[in-house]
Amino acid sequence: MTVAAVEAVDVSRAYELDGVSVSALRGVSLTIDQGEYVAVIGPSGSGKSTLMHLLGGLDRPTGGRLVIGGRDVATLTAPELATLRNETIGFVFQAFHLLARTSAVDNVALPLVYRGVGARQRRERAAAMLGRVGLGHRLHHRPNQLSGGEQQRVAIARALVTEPAVLLADEPTGNLDSVTGEAVLELLERLNAESGVALVMVTHDQEVAARARRRIAVRDGLIRSDTAHDRPGSADPDGPATLDPAPSAEPRSASGSGPGHPSGGSGGATGATGRLPRPGDGSGR
Amino acid sequence: MRVAEAWRVALDALRANRMRSLLTMLGVIIGVASVVILVAIGTGTKRQVEQQVEGLGSNLLLVVPGKIEVGTAPVVSPLDLKDVDAVSRVVGDPGRVAVTVASGATARAGNRSDFTTVQGVLETTPSVFTRSLARGRYLSGADVDTSRRVAVLGASVARTLFPDRDPLGQQVTLAGVRFRVIGVFAPLGQSLGVDRDDEVHVPVTAAQRLWGTQRIDGIAVKAPDRERIDQLGERIVAELSRRHPDTEFSAVTQQQILGVLGDILGVLTGVLAAIAGISLLVGGVGVSNIMLVSVRERTREIGLRKAVGARPRDIGVQFLLEAVLLTSIGGLTGMALGVGTALLVDAFSPIPAAITWWSLALAFGVSAAVGIVFGVVPAQRAGRLDPVVALRAE
Ligand SMILES: Nc1ncnc2c1ncn2[C@@H]1O[C@H](COP(=O)(O)OP(=O)(O)O)[C@@H](O)[C@H]1O
Ligand SMILES: [Mg+2]
Repeated sequence: MTVAAVEAVDVSRAYELDGVSVSALRGVSLTIDQGEYVAVIGPSGSGKSTLMHLLGGLDRPTGGRLVIGGRDVATLTAPELATLRNETIGFVFQAFHLLARTSAVDNVALPLVYRGVGARQRRERAAAMLGRVGLGHRLHHRPNQLSGGEQQRVAIARALVTEPAVLLADEPTGNLDSVTGEAVLELLERLNAESGVALVMVTHDQEVAARARRRIAVRDGLIRSDTAHDRPGSADPDGPATLDPAPSAEPRSASGSGPGHPSGGSGGATGATGRLPRPGDGSGR
Repeated sequence: MRVAEAWRVALDALRANRMRSLLTMLGVIIGVASVVILVAIGTGTKRQVEQQVEGLGSNLLLVVPGKIEVGTAPVVSPLDLKDVDAVSRVVGDPGRVAVTVASGATARAGNRSDFTTVQGVLETTPSVFTRSLARGRYLSGADVDTSRRVAVLGASVARTLFPDRDPLGQQVTLAGVRFRVIGVFAPLGQSLGVDRDDEVHVPVTAAQRLWGTQRIDGIAVKAPDRERIDQLGERIVAELSRRHPDTEFSAVTQQQILGVLGDILGVLTGVLAAIAGISLLVGGVGVSNIMLVSVRERTREIGLRKAVGARPRDIGVQFLLEAVLLTSIGGLTGMALGVGTALLVDAFSPIPAAITWWSLALAFGVSAAVGIVFGVVPAQRAGRLDPVVALRAE
């Protein structure tokens, strides 16, 4: 079994607001394996973005253990964590976050700057990456000269130019119309299948989520369910998910269900059933 | 690579906000320019005064009654021409001794008049002080001995009284008494704003008669060599003190005068530069302010850069460079402005100005330092921004 790209054990994140502690995540455990395709769903405010920031090392947990690329985040200094992000993680945001006044190719090359890659090589790699997302003809366009879909593809190229282990996409189609959004989605899925980068994507769209091999449902700062299943009508049964030749709807890594949150809600088996007290499994043994 | 990126980004940021950058630089530009100009004027004045004091002739010893100290009242001179003879005996050569008895007086020629300084002098003056004539001759020993009413005009007096005539042989009236012009001095120019060509020399004997006095204000001696100049001064002071036990006398050399003047002008230049430096400081506060604005405006960019792997230091360096670039460009512009203005002042006004390399180096160094000092807080703030919060910023 390959090493997990990201591993979270009972991770929580609380914010101090005017002296009052507000919990955005309340004890979440999950593992992202290499090459996975994971959809994260849940209502607004449930903690999806907080989870993504933690998985990407952009934020630190206030409790629990978080291991990114084999390194425990708690042991890392701020610059070390920055370097780890640069090497292992690619972010795609809903709002694109491209630098204005900067060409597509230079936007894509930005992560390589902080890796110390020379200017010429940066440009070459960025241009090649833009070619892979279908923007080989838009190298020197600025963000305001590109459509929303094109801008998000530039952002995807930027996330992947460093060849990270994990691509974290937080509602990547949220600012796009459905047709453009579908194209971006297909691009992400294709890159996931081709390059073996693990794709973790937050989405509101159940249909979109259904396309992923694995679905994580978040609510109130907890993982309500974490299920893996075969892609319905998948034309590629030998996709990355076949690393794990499990039957459909097999429970994955343990979800962080607290005592007040008995899992087993929607959609088949849940990862937490094993923890429920079972009759006959008592002290008489 | 990261530093190159920081440079590129900093330059880009300044270019993107040209007007704001320029206005922010203005404080630094004005500060640096005024430092450069004021130091140039101070230095130029100091040099001019030094040249003029040296131009008086070498190995000069000035003997006056009273103490030469700041804050002491001038003393009425007890000296007369007999004391001058005594000093000449100490020196051993009357040709090396000059005197002056001076007073303000109105000089008239025809319907023109000029208020000027009339100096009663000996015929030795041109050889003791290095003075040369443009026209005619200087006073002779006979002129002095016979109290002849003849006058040598300073260049500007000659110009005022005789704008379109040759003054030689003409009559001038000094304090109501007629004198004949026998010579005109070559021009000397200005010193500390004083016109050195605004004077008239007449025989000391004639001057004393004019004012009804036997008084001599001061004695100047050209010492035979530099080594024994102090010793000679002491002997002259001792002789005069013997003759006038109630009065103190002082003998000062050119070097001492230069030292005192240099100190005064040095302090003056320093004070002026410090005042100008305050405006540089104010400029620095402006830089700090605008850098904080820049950090706030680019919060999302900072968040994004951090998300793709920028370390706190990378961000901090980027903003620090922006601040230093801002003040350095402002500093260079201010230097150019200051040098240009100083050269114009030197060329087209009576105020002398001299550019020194150290003042330029200092001005540039200070402006860069202002960038560092006033950029460090905004830069640190940028470096420490929480990337998650930064990305959410509007
Ligand atoms: N910086 C913060 N300070 C305080 N509360 C926060 C902060 N960020 C997120 N939260 C809170 O944490 C909860 C989860 O937020 P988020 O992860 O953005 O949810 P989602 O992405 O699922 O909509 C929300 O209640 C939100 O208000
Ligand atoms: Mg969100």
